[in-house]
Amino acid sequence: MKAWLKSGSPWIWLNGGAVAMCMIMVVGLIGLIAVRGFGHFWPANIAQIEITNEQGEQIVVMGEIVRSQTIPSAVARDAGNEVPEDIDMVTRYLVKQGNRDQTGRDFVWYLELGMGEFTYPLDAYQIERREWGNFYGQPVALLREGEIVSTPQQSGFWRDMQAALDRSLKLHQEIQRLERRQIGRINSGLEQLRLDTRRLDLRDVSGPEREAEDARIAAARAELDAQYEELRVELDALKAAQRRDTLQMVTAEGAQVDLSMAQIVRVTAPNGMSVPAKMGQYMERLWEFMSDNPREANTEGGIFPAIFGTVTMVFIMSIIVTPFGILAAIYLREYAKQGLMTRVIRISVYNLAGVPSIVYGVFGLGFFVYFLGGSLDRLFYEAALPTPTFGTPGLFWASLTLALLTLPIVIVSTEEGLARIPSTIRQGSLALGATKAETLWKVIVPLATPAMMTGLILAIARAAGEVAPLMLVGVVKLAPTLPVDGTFPFVHLERKIMHLGFHIYDVGFQSSNAEAARPLVYATALVLVMLIVVLNLTAISIRNRLRERYRNASD
Amino acid sequence: MTETVTGALGSSGARKSLLPDTAAREKLRKRRDFKDSASRWGITAAGFGVVFALAMIFVYLFYEVMPILKGASVTPQATYTLPVTQANTQHLVLERYQEMGIQYTDNGQVTFFDADNGQIRQQFDLPIPEDATVTSFANSEYIGSVTAQGLSNGQVVISRHAFNISFPDDQRLITPRMEYPFGEAAIQIDEQGRAIKHLAIETVIRGAAGSVVTAITEDQRLLVTSLTSRSNMMTGEVTVNSNTVELARVPEAPVKMLVDKALRSLFIADAKGYIHYYDISRLENARFVASVNAGQGSAITAMDFLVGTVSLIVGTEKGELSQWFLVRDESNNNHLTRIRDFNPHGAAITALAPEYTRKGFLAVDAKGQLGIHYGTSARTLYFKQLSEQPLVGAAISQVNGRLMLLDDQQQVSVAGLWNQHPQLSFAAMWNKVWYEGRANPEYIWQSSSASDEFESKFSLVPLSIGTLKAAFYAMLFAMPLAIAGAIYTAYFMTPKLRGVVKPSIEIMEALPTVILGFLAGLWLAPFAEDHLPAIFSFLILMPVLMLVFAYFWSKLPGSFRSRVPDGWEAALLVPVILSFGAFCIFISPWIEVWFFNGSMRQWFTDVGVTYDQRNAMIVGIAMGFAVIPTIFSIAEDAVFTVPRHLTQGSLALGATRWQTVVGVVLPTASPGIFSAVMMGFGRAVGETMIVLMATGNSPVVNFNIFEGMRTLSANIAVELPETAVGSSHFRILFLAALVLLALTFIVNTAAEIIRQRLRARYSNL
Repeated sequence: MKAWLKSGSPWIWLNGGAVAMCMIMVVGLIGLIAVRGFGHFWPANIAQIEITNEQGEQIVVMGEIVRSQTIPSAVARDAGNEVPEDIDMVTRYLVKQGNRDQTGRDFVWYLELGMGEFTYPLDAYQIERREWGNFYGQPVALLREGEIVSTPQQSGFWRDMQAALDRSLKLHQEIQRLERRQIGRINSGLEQLRLDTRRLDLRDVSGPEREAEDARIAAARAELDAQYEELRVELDALKAAQRRDTLQMVTAEGAQVDLSMAQIVRVTAPNGMSVPAKMGQYMERLWEFMSDNPREANTEGGIFPAIFGTVTMVFIMSIIVTPFGILAAIYLREYAKQGLMTRVIRISVYNLAGVPSIVYGVFGLGFFVYFLGGSLDRLFYEAALPTPTFGTPGLFWASLTLALLTLPIVIVSTEEGLARIPSTIRQGSLALGATKAETLWKVIVPLATPAMMTGLILAIARAAGEVAPLMLVGVVKLAPTLPVDGTFPFVHLERKIMHLGFHIYDVGFQSSNAEAARPLVYATALVLVMLIVVLNLTAISIRNRLRERYRNASD
Repeated sequence: MTETVTGALGSSGARKSLLPDTAAREKLRKRRDFKDSASRWGITAAGFGVVFALAMIFVYLFYEVMPILKGASVTPQATYTLPVTQANTQHLVLERYQEMGIQYTDNGQVTFFDADNGQIRQQFDLPIPEDATVTSFANSEYIGSVTAQGLSNGQVVISRHAFNISFPDDQRLITPRMEYPFGEAAIQIDEQGRAIKHLAIETVIRGAAGSVVTAITEDQRLLVTSLTSRSNMMTGEVTVNSNTVELARVPEAPVKMLVDKALRSLFIADAKGYIHYYDISRLENARFVASVNAGQGSAITAMDFLVGTVSLIVGTEKGELSQWFLVRDESNNNHLTRIRDFNPHGAAITALAPEYTRKGFLAVDAKGQLGIHYGTSARTLYFKQLSEQPLVGAAISQVNGRLMLLDDQQQVSVAGLWNQHPQLSFAAMWNKVWYEGRANPEYIWQSSSASDEFESKFSLVPLSIGTLKAAFYAMLFAMPLAIAGAIYTAYFMTPKLRGVVKPSIEIMEALPTVILGFLAGLWLAPFAEDHLPAIFSFLILMPVLMLVFAYFWSKLPGSFRSRVPDGWEAALLVPVILSFGAFCIFISPWIEVWFFNGSMRQWFTDVGVTYDQRNAMIVGIAMGFAVIPTIFSIAEDAVFTVPRHLTQGSLALGATRWQTVVGVVLPTASPGIFSAVMMGFGRAVGETMIVLMATGNSPVVNFNIFEGMRTLSANIAVELPETAVGSSHFRILFLAALVLLALTFIVNTAAEIIRQRLRARYSNL
């Protein structure tokens, strides 16, 4: 024992333990996110539980079992439950019983005390709605214009219901298209006319020119108003058509509820589904999550705008950061006189990579948004004032701030790549009579391209995961429009965007129904983590290959 | 190659050489030269541009913070004679748009005049009864604009000036008017009809509306009257109910009398330098409470409330200025307490003019000097002699942009005022400050509130402490793991395992902190709260268990052990850690039942330890997670690059591997490890999202591991989007950013320099 202690081997084991801990933490964290994130889309079975409470009353609960927990009974008593004195531990189940519009509480903990068997009725439906979250219950009838057309006792009920739902979803799509595209176009047209008028006021145009312009604007406005009126009639008709079918359901408590097809997104009866069917359902939900707009204050639906916003922002950032970062690195390594000054600059640039990102956010808000943006507005968008165009956080400022933030990363990585190129190659090129520029652009830069790629990928990975500065310079919880669309000038740099990282923060911490939002947050986190892990692994593998290459070249 | 060239030449000897001629070469050379210099200049320009842009961050943050340091500036604009000179001026006001001045005179006139030149715009006669003359005057808190004239027959006329703003032809037009909240009829305060010599009035509009008028009559009786008015819905007639009580007399000649806006306290200053405090919160029980010697022997010459009517500013004949307010002790008794002193004027203070929305005030004195002071920060922002004559009156506009001074020759001087950031000073940000309504001086960060009269509390101490606290616990968690891990990975681990560990740690570094924060806040925090014993037993017992396992491993037969070569210890420990972790979680509720009456969380509360769900421990673990890779990578690099011949020499001399690590590797690599720790610290200090999400963001000043904190960075993220651009709050957040920038920059630079030194040393070894 003493000899063993003296050999120092316990210390080695402790050090090894530290590594093991770190690895477990990394793998565990990614594993946790993956399991929770992927698990979200699996159609869980709907359990029906009969509970006899202390007063001997019997209640029936229906919903998904989210998780269970064994807790000391003292904790359960503190939470207001009655637990007999002789029990030390109780298990409790968190049941997602939905029906927020009926009971007000969609997630409820139930103690195992007095619980009967869990049953899984085949006709238990999980209905995703556009409002009020999920509905759980059993079907009673399908109504059309108030008349019963089908009941579950009839054989074709499921088919009829799905047909009605499909019809309603198609109508919904049509409504969405009209609202988003057509009405959006009319609104932007009207806004444009308002700005035209304002511009005339500002330029102090009067006389016949003014009259002509006013007449043009009035005509255009009348035209748009007419179009709007037409659309409104069309919309009203569509909405009326959508309200045709109603699904009559009964909750576990026995209350009968009429659900209009217009508010239903999806109906599933998971208890009767086979594993392949569930897989299909899983993929469908996953796809919907990736491609759909969020619903219900971001706690339901998809995250497409957030993905799109993140990608657009990172893309614009790359366009800005790449040339500047690379040129600055080339300057520092190839052109600047290597002296104290260059060393100071280099150290400063390296250190900027370690400056807290929030500081960049503060700078971006103050300098880019208020100072530059405010000046731009005064110069070019005077007509729109006092509503700011660029003088408010937006896509371009977010990209620019992140470009500044990631600039040191690109510079450091590129410089490293340039430093790795053996000087023999450089000297060879110069000895053959090439100018410095030719050596640089035809020999050095191509050789250093992988290093630049690494830098860029690392920059993108960093930018994609950064949230703190974006909260200040252009990311919002819900952007009404995407930053890229079909109206001129197609890329709208002044618009606010949604962002995956901010989405996580917002939905996880600012939403009113945290329990309902949680799986969605895990799924969003998973998307973000996968994006970043893939980017980083790419960067790491490029770098490793690069090292190998130069190890050979310098031999 | 040569062949083709000769062939080509041979077949057409007369043709021109394929090589470019001199002119073409000249041209080519020029083009190449041009390209060369273009690329040189282009790249240099881009390089400078980038350096400039990055330097811009510093410059810009400084630029935004600079105005904090400036004091106030006063630019004289005009001087003219008061519009009404035949009567004594009681009160001067400058209205909100800074266009108009208002002069109250003791002949019962209210004169509205152009602030630029003194021309009369409009004049009102107050409804003073024929047989009475004005003997005293009082005004309510400035923002309320209510004034009262005490009359020679024991009556009081209460009025209020107000403005109608209209925009004919897009030009602002301000039309003054006078209102009479208690009707135009004078109200009888003194039933005996004696002249009122001193008067005070305060009106509450919000909540339980009411007014209190206090009066001292010529025969020294002190009367307190509560007034309520009710206007008839049909006729619009106002009926006034008044209720008067008489209080103990003031022994000396009174100078100034004030009633606070809560209608609870009455303060009377006298010529001997005493302030007498009366409790009038219930009129039927109104009583004299105490007298304090505020003047310390010199007479009080001016006294007024700061906005909010909590603090009294007292000026004496010697020119001393002090701030006083009621401080409540443990037994709920209020004591009028001297809070702070301001730079003395050196001449009798003649008038005070409090600001309308902040805790600042103007003070003028008998030497013609103007002082601009601020309560919370105890700053004197401006102090200068502006007049040869003694100044007797002052007024400041509601937006603090203009001021008006009156000297004893009836001359008014108007001046522009810039005084944007009086509440910030080094002392206000870093020292304990005694805020209104608090029992003691404290460090408080509370930047905004719903109330207009709110005293902003800008102490950076809670935020700095919070930042250090978060960084401390993060380092406590991260340092042992990262450094030990780095030593092991660099020195003991097999290359194969190392090839897996290093990229994993890099991935760990790249994980967005928003994800760490979200997991910490939504998963770890509730988990830890439910499994407190598991967390503690795991953290404490894990190293012990590792050692126990290692000991048993060393006792295993050699043939078995040799199957796992050296350098795989870490891999062997993984199942041990996992199973122990699972065991801890399983046993956790039972430990709670056995030792903590069923709930450790509750037990903490019972023994008096505050426990927040999102606390410093959670932040320590989550931020530790974010910091580990930073420390790990740099420390691993430092250990790994220790020259081989050193370690091999040590091993050859018979040292064990661990002795080599302790005796040779660590001393050589210690600067590198130190710089790694500094880098980690730098990262922990500036981290935003984790702290934002994993703590309650309450700015507390303590190091309790079970309480949260608010850090500089999280504070910026929370508050900056909601501040007004250019306000003091905005600038102090910029200051916080600048502090963060400077701090991390210094730490990182130091670390980088140490690292470069180390590299140079290695290459010399």
